[in-house]
Amino acid sequence: MPTQTILITLVALLLFSYFLGRKRSIAVSMSLNEGETPLHSRPQYYGYLVAIWAGMPAILVLTLWSSFNAPIISSLTVASMPETQNTQSADSIGLMMNEIINLAESGKAAEHSDSVLRNAATHYQRLQGISSLAKTAVVFAVALVGMLIGWRLISPATRARNKVETVIRWMMILCASIAILSTVGIVFSVLFESIHFFSNVPPTDFLFGTTWSPQTSMRSDQVGSSGSFGAVPLFLGTLLISAIALIIAVPLGLMSAIYLSEYATPKIRAFAKPVLEILAGIPTVVYGFFAALTVAPFLRQFGEMLGLSVASESALAAGLVMGIMIIPFVSSLSDDVLSAVPQAMRDGSYGMGATRSETIKQVVIPAALPGIVGGVLLAASRAIGETMIVVMAAGLSAKMTINPLEAVTTVTVQIVTLLTGDQEFDSPKTLAAFALALGLFMVTLLLNIIALHIIRKYREQYE
Amino acid sequence: MSISEKSTSTQKIQAGLKRRYAKEKRFRLYGIISLIISFAFLLVLLTTIVSKGLPAFQQTYIKIDVTLDQADLGIDKNASEDELFSAPYSKTVNNSLKAMFPGVHGRKQKRALKNLVSKSAAYELRDKVIQDPSILGTTQTFWFLAKDDVDVFMKGGIDRKLPESERRIKDYQLAWIDQLIKEDRLEKRFNTVLFTAGDSREPEQAGMKGAIIGSLLTMLVTILLSFPIAVATAAYLEEFAPQNNRWVDLIEININNLAAVPSIVFGLLGLAVYINIFGIPRSTPLVGGLVLTLMTLPTIIIASRAAIKSVPPSIKEAAIGLGASPVQVLFQHTLPLAMPGILTGTIIGMAQALGETAPLLMIGMVAFVSDIPGGIFDPSTVMPVQIYLWSDSPERAFTERTSAAIMILLGFLVLMNLIAITLRKRFEKKW
Repeated sequence: MPTQTILITLVALLLFSYFLGRKRSIAVSMSLNEGETPLHSRPQYYGYLVAIWAGMPAILVLTLWSSFNAPIISSLTVASMPETQNTQSADSIGLMMNEIINLAESGKAAEHSDSVLRNAATHYQRLQGISSLAKTAVVFAVALVGMLIGWRLISPATRARNKVETVIRWMMILCASIAILSTVGIVFSVLFESIHFFSNVPPTDFLFGTTWSPQTSMRSDQVGSSGSFGAVPLFLGTLLISAIALIIAVPLGLMSAIYLSEYATPKIRAFAKPVLEILAGIPTVVYGFFAALTVAPFLRQFGEMLGLSVASESALAAGLVMGIMIIPFVSSLSDDVLSAVPQAMRDGSYGMGATRSETIKQVVIPAALPGIVGGVLLAASRAIGETMIVVMAAGLSAKMTINPLEAVTTVTVQIVTLLTGDQEFDSPKTLAAFALALGLFMVTLLLNIIALHIIRKYREQYE
Repeated sequence: MSISEKSTSTQKIQAGLKRRYAKEKRFRLYGIISLIISFAFLLVLLTTIVSKGLPAFQQTYIKIDVTLDQADLGIDKNASEDELFSAPYSKTVNNSLKAMFPGVHGRKQKRALKNLVSKSAAYELRDKVIQDPSILGTTQTFWFLAKDDVDVFMKGGIDRKLPESERRIKDYQLAWIDQLIKEDRLEKRFNTVLFTAGDSREPEQAGMKGAIIGSLLTMLVTILLSFPIAVATAAYLEEFAPQNNRWVDLIEININNLAAVPSIVFGLLGLAVYINIFGIPRSTPLVGGLVLTLMTLPTIIIASRAAIKSVPPSIKEAAIGLGASPVQVLFQHTLPLAMPGILTGTIIGMAQALGETAPLLMIGMVAFVSDIPGGIFDPSTVMPVQIYLWSDSPERAFTERTSAAIMILLGFLVLMNLIAITLRKRFEKKW
C-alpha cells in the first residue's frame, strides 16, 4: 500500500481505538461493585491512552521505514550487481542507479537490452514490492499490538489522565525543540557544503580575493576554466546597496516616527500607521518588478539629462527601492521606543522653556537612542539579506566599485544565480553558493546579536 | 525697575525666540514631508502596477470564417476519436486566413498572416470538432485568441507613427488589422485565459491558474504544519517551561534568531536537507510548505506568546482552584481565550508566507510548469515565483500580465489582512 493510504488507514484506526477505549472504560466503570475504587480518570482519557498506544509506535515505524527505504534498497541493488559494476566511483554508481530506477519505474524493465541493467532493475522492483508489503504488515501489526496493550491497561488503577498529560507535555517540548533543530539544520547543511567547498578553494582566496568569476571547466583543457572565487566584490556590492537603502530609510523612517509619536493627532496616527504597515506587507517581488520596470529606466533618463552615464541596472535603483521597503521597519521600531520614553522627561524639558523640537532633539532622542540604533541595525540586517529586489534590479557583474550609478552584484544575487543554473550539485560553482550563504548567515546573526545587546545594555529603566 | 526695562538675559532670550520658533516649524515640516514622501512612494508604486496591469484583463479576439474542408483535414464525420484528434487543424486555420486576405504572397507575408492568430486556435478548433463532428464540411465562424503582437497593438502599445523599421507590426500587417477592424472582426473581451489557463511561453495563452492552485496547496501544507507546532511551542514556553533553564533559554534565543535569518538561507536548508537527504521531490507544494513552515514559525510563536500572556491569571487560578490540571487549564481555558490573538498572528504569518519568493526559488519552483497541480506531490509553482518568471520574459505582452498577476496577489493579501483585522476587532477582549 502506498504511504498515503497507510497514513489514512492509521488515522481511521486511531479514531476507532479512541472510541473503543472510551466505551470499554465506561463498561468497566459500570461493572464495578459498591466500595471498589472507581476509575481514576474520565472515560475520554482512557480513549486517548489506547489511541496513543496504537498510534505512536506505528507512526514512528512508518516514518523511519519511509525515510530509509530509498537508500537501503539502492545499496542492496548495487551489492547485487556483478563485481565489475559495483566497484566503480561513487559518481558513476549514482548515475547507474538513476538509470536503473528510471527503468524500473517505467515498467519496461524486462525488455531492456543490457542484461546487467535488466537484472538490476528487476531486482530493484522486487525489493520495492517486498518492502512495500512488509511495511504495511509491520505498521499495522505494531498498531494492533499497541491497541491491545492499551486495552489491557484500562482498569481503575491506571492513572490515564496523568499518562496522557505527560505524553502531551513531551510533544510540546518536542515542538519547541523544532526551533533548535531548524537552527542546527541550517548551520549543519550550510557548514557541511561550505567545508566541501573550502576543500576545493582555499578560504583566503574566498575571503580576500577580488575577482569573482565562478567558471569551472568540464574538461581539463577547456578554455576559460579559471574559477576565481574572490568574494570581496560581492560583499562590497551588498554593502553599497544596503548603505544606499539605509541612507534613504533611516531619515525618512525616523522623522516619520518622530512626527507620528510627538506631533500627530490620534486621527492622523490611526490613518498613517496602517499605511506604513502596508509598505511592509507588500511582497518583495513586487518591489523588484517596480524597480526594474519604472525606477531603473527613470534614473537612466534622469542621468542622461544631467549628462551622467547611469547603468540600466544601477545600484542606485535597487538601493532606492530597498530603502522604501525598509522605511516601515525603522519607523515602527523607533515609534515604539519613542513612546516608551516617560512623559515626565518631556514635561521637565517643557518646564524649562524648550520648544517641542528642542525637547525631541535634546531629551527624547538621546533617551531613546539605544532602541533607535538597535532598530537601524535590525533594518540593516534585513537589507543585507534581501534577495528579490536585487535579483530583479541589480546586475550580475561583480565589480569593485562604490559608484552607485554602476551595476554591481550582491551576495544574494549570486546565490540565486549559482543555484538556479544547471550545474551539478558537487561542483565548486554550486558549493560556492553555500559558502556565500554561510557568510550571509554569520553577518546577519552578528548584526542581530549586536543590536539586541545594545538595546538591552543601554536601555534606560524608567521606574 | 520700570516695566519697559527688561534684564539682559530676557532680552537675549527674546531675541533668539523667533529663530527657535522657525526651527520648530521646520522640524515639524520635515516630519510631515517624510510621511508624505513615504505615502507618495506607495502611491506611485500602486498606480504604476495598476495602470500597467489593467489592460491585461482584456484580451483581443479575432473572428475568422473557417471552412472545415474534409479533404484538407483527411477526416469525415465517422472518423475515430484518434483521427479527429490528430488531424492538421492549423493548416485549416491558415487556409481560412488566406481566404480572408487573398492578395498575400511571399513567405514573409504568409508567415506574418499566420501570426495574426494565436497558436491555440488549432487546438480550439480541434476541441470544437471533437465535440460536434457534424460541423465538418461546413463553414463556421469562430472567435479565436489573437496573437500577442496584435493584442499589444490594439491596446496602444505599438505606435503607428513610427517608421516601419522600428515597429514590430509591419505596414502590410497594419493594413490587414485595419481591414479586420473595419469588418468588426477584432474585439476585446474579458481575459478569462488569465484565470483558467496554466503557464505558457505564448503570452496570450498564459494564465495564473496553476500558480494560484500551487499557492493554495503550499499554504495548506504550511498552515497544517506550522499552526500546531507554533501554538504548542508558545504554550510550552509560556506555561510549562521551567524558568532560568538553559535549554529553555536556548530555545528562546533560537526562535528570535530564526526570525531574523534571511529567507534565502531557509531555501538552502530545504535544498540540502529536504531534497538531498530526505529525497522529497523538487518543486512540489510539500517541500515548499515545509520550507515556509520554518519561516512562519517564529512569527506565529511570537504572536501566540503575546496572546497567551494576555489571558489574566485569575482565570487560570480559578480553574486550578476547581481541581483542573495544568494541561486541562491550557486546553480548556487559556487557549480558547487566547485564540483570537493566535489566529490574527497566524493569518499575518500566512500573508507573509504567501508573498515569499526567494526560498522557493532555491527548492526548484522556478521551473516552467504548465500543468495545473493536482495534489501536494505534483510539480507546481506559486504566485510570487510566477510573477518573477513572467517579469523575466522578453515579450511585450508579459509586462501587463505580470502587473495583472501582481494585482491578483495583492488582492489575496488585502483579503487576508482584512480578515485578520476584522477578527481582531470583533473578538478582542479587554480584560
